[in-house]
Amino acid sequence: MATKRWRVAFAGLVAAVVVLPAWAAAGDDGRIGTVKVVKGGVSILRDGQTLVATPGAGLQVADRVVTAADGATGITLRDNTLLSAGPNSSLSLDKFVFDSTTHAGVMDASLKRGTLSVVSGKIARQSPESVRFSTPNTTLGVRGTEFVIEAAGAED
Amino acid sequence: MGAAIILAIAAAAVLMQPAPTDRVILLPGPDGEVGAVTVKSTGGERLLDQAYAGAAVDRRGGIETVREDAATVRERYGAALGAQPDRPVSFVLNFMLNFATGSDEMTPASRPVLDQVIAEVSRRSAAEIVVIGHTDRVGTEAANDVLALKRAEAVRSALLAAGVSARIDVAGRGEREPLIASADEVDEPRNRRVEINVR
Repeated sequence: MATKRWRVAFAGLVAAVVVLPAWAAAGDDGRIGTVKVVKGGVSILRDGQTLVATPGAGLQVADRVVTAADGATGITLRDNTLLSAGPNSSLSLDKFVFDSTTHAGVMDASLKRGTLSVVSGKIARQSPESVRFSTPNTTLGVRGTEFVIEAAGAED
Repeated sequence: MGAAIILAIAAAAVLMQPAPTDRVILLPGPDGEVGAVTVKSTGGERLLDQAYAGAAVDRRGGIETVREDAATVRERYGAALGAQPDRPVSFVLNFMLNFATGSDEMTPASRPVLDQVIAEVSRRSAAEIVVIGHTDRVGTEAANDVLALKRAEAVRSALLAAGVSARIDVAGRGEREPLIASADEVDEPRNRRVEINVR
């Protein structure tokens, strides 16, 4: 019995040690970016829950940001990437890792529908091959700076 | 008979509708500089490297190069562009000018910079700060990373003491991002600095 408890404790410790670098890379609280601008209806889908987006809200990997017909939102990621979505949009933040010392990192975002404007950040400057945006029909490689994306996909 | 005709008309209308397309349009930056984007689909790949060059991709992967203009972009993407967060700005504290010799103690010369930071923070929605330490190339890269972070921490403390109310992260960039390019082991005071990035 006691052995089992120790084993569980040990497994927990190992998990904590293994998980730590990922947390560290995303910032102390797993924050990969911050909502800066909210107009109309904007929500964050996380772990099956729908949260109302407000300025200052933190974003995490695997979050999906969804805007209503009257909605628009602006997000600044930890590497200073600026993302802003227009109405009826759905944006998934699939992967994000950023080392603020070396600027190494990975970023993967997908626009399921709607419109998105992008100003690329420090990861794209350091290693453009590690930044990817996608829509239902395309994959974008980014070699810096600014562009807009539109995904027609009516269905979710 | 009538129903069949209506059905045929409806089918034709669906067929004639253009297939849903995804679009990508490259934009010029605020200073007119233009980057590049590659757009890939199952049907091919396009490099966009001129302002307002675009690619339209249909559901079957068909890819077509298009040329847009500023007015069209404003019309179609105005809502997204209008929600863009303010661009991050940096304020720089030179170590020689703003810190007492051999210490992390900031001199009165740094006060105007701190005031600028405070003004910028209050101007923004949900402002955040990243304090980034930079060093010259004297010493090892690892030692400079530690030093850079230590200087950034000192400035973070000063910002908190000055009453800045924003989330403040620190980063030590070491010798990787010199203001003035130099050979290794060169004592270049202009590279010893702390950058306060407000976003």
